[in-house]
Amino acid sequence: MNELIDFISNNIQMIYIVILMIFVGVEIIGHVPAVLHTPLMSGANAIHGVVIIGAILVLLGVNPENYLGQALGFVAVLLGTLNVVGGFVVTDRMLEMFKKKK
Amino acid sequence: MEYIFSLEFIYLIASMTYILGLKMLGKPESARRGNLIAAAGMTLAIFGTIFLYQGEVPMFIYALIGTAIIIGTIIGWVIAKKVAMTKMPELVSLFNGMGGASAALIGLIEFEHYTGNKLSTATIVAGIIIGSISFSGSMIAWAKLNGTLNKPLRLPKYNLLNNLIIISIFVFAGFMAWSGTESQLFLYILFFAALAYGVLFVLPIGGADMPVVISLLNSFTGLAAALGGFLYGNMVMLTGGILVGSAGTILTFAMCNAMNRSLVNVIFGSFGSSEAPMEGSESQTITGSIKKTTVSDVAILMNYSQRIIIVPGYGLAVAQAQHAIHELEQLLVNKGISVKYAIHPVAGRMPGHMNVLLAETNVDYDKLVEMEDINPEFSNTDVVFVVGANDVVNPAAHNNPSSPIFGMPILDVEKAKSIIINKRSMNPGYAGIENELFYNTKSSMLFGDAKSVIQSLISELKGM
Repeated sequence: MNELIDFISNNIQMIYIVILMIFVGVEIIGHVPAVLHTPLMSGANAIHGVVIIGAILVLLGVNPENYLGQALGFVAVLLGTLNVVGGFVVTDRMLEMFKKKK
Repeated sequence: MEYIFSLEFIYLIASMTYILGLKMLGKPESARRGNLIAAAGMTLAIFGTIFLYQGEVPMFIYALIGTAIIIGTIIGWVIAKKVAMTKMPELVSLFNGMGGASAALIGLIEFEHYTGNKLSTATIVAGIIIGSISFSGSMIAWAKLNGTLNKPLRLPKYNLLNNLIIISIFVFAGFMAWSGTESQLFLYILFFAALAYGVLFVLPIGGADMPVVISLLNSFTGLAAALGGFLYGNMVMLTGGILVGSAGTILTFAMCNAMNRSLVNVIFGSFGSSEAPMEGSESQTITGSIKKTTVSDVAILMNYSQRIIIVPGYGLAVAQAQHAIHELEQLLVNKGISVKYAIHPVAGRMPGHMNVLLAETNVDYDKLVEMEDINPEFSNTDVVFVVGANDVVNPAAHNNPSSPIFGMPILDVEKAKSIIINKRSMNPGYAGIENELFYNTKSSMLFGDAKSVIQSLISELKGM
């Protein structure tokens, strides 16, 4: 129990951010027309590619002797990049078509 | 100190671009810019992380990161650019899976560095579970959407089985965090169990529900990224991850709403399966026979109509007939006939998918009419041309309470004077259910591949 209280007081900033971000996320989606659901999902998909930052941090901090760690880290960065680049490019391609209509 | 400040500052800017970007993605006018802003923020965060890292890092590690990013960028870019518009939904699923896998791998590597610290271990194991489920689930969703796996697969008592598995996974993970174990064996058991659960979770869900599942897994990956952020105290991962987690959850509910279904029903229900109610009670209630028609009859009918509504469905996209249908529409408009497209919110494989496909062919924006606006117009329409759509025009949604799509809003095509339905065969649609519309006395079936049928219609009409 003490551990939990310590955890909360040590990380109060992060807890604030988590709670506020939940509200921001909910508010942002609000009333999006169904037409935009697919691009929006795809855009959100690209944003969670932010996990690549974690993968980069893993590799930057990995022990030079830990070959398994390096290999897994390499794959993690590669997959994270696919998520980010693929996600944003696909979203852009979808939205490009919406634009032409005007 | 200055150096930390600048990386923190970059993360702050990046977090703001995600919020702004997502907000702008919600409006048609600003959507594209929103996406680019978020992409710019992401690029900034990635380069900031690499170049502002404090600590000794051997050169080859930088080389490793650089190589991974370059390869990932090239592959991601090429796939995203080359893939046909019809394949978009499965591509989103594929990229989502990559993010989930990345999150799970981070957990696998970091586990040994945090043994003893219960809360960090709990964060890591939670990240591994969620990331792995998101990865394997997305891969199954991807396989289902591209047709590799096209039947919902159910083990007996799958709901009970799945729930037991997920509960065991969490109990085991709780034990790992609590005991402060260093066992890599336990870690990998957990990893593979979560992967297996992802497969079992998505397998029983019908193909028509995949968009909802992808959206749900999308928010899972967001959560996994946020857990990574928590572990490292990394703000940009935390904000980006939580934002996608919560926005994705709301989006999932919005999609369910568009189909008038509940999330529980999607996950535990039996939509799109071949279970008893559909084959038994349903097909028996449909009586009567279908009427076939020919291209020339349809051409004559259209030629003497005043108002035509086209109802495009996924079949149109599969046949790559979106350009042909646009040509047909222009030809009819030139003959002085009013032509509109009725777009059901979930036509295609994802909400908004049909708009994207038709936009690709430069169809006028105001010709694409959404369901609520077009439904009152069917009663004074001469011809409705249904191309490769099925479930979105199935009257069972209105009048058959035992139907799995009962309650889903549909396009009221039956109110039109005559209905022409183009399909390749009498096979049921994606939801796997019969459609009594085909047996309606006003309906005529025009069998054949959408593209070739439309092209022959065009040449017939040109001759008139």
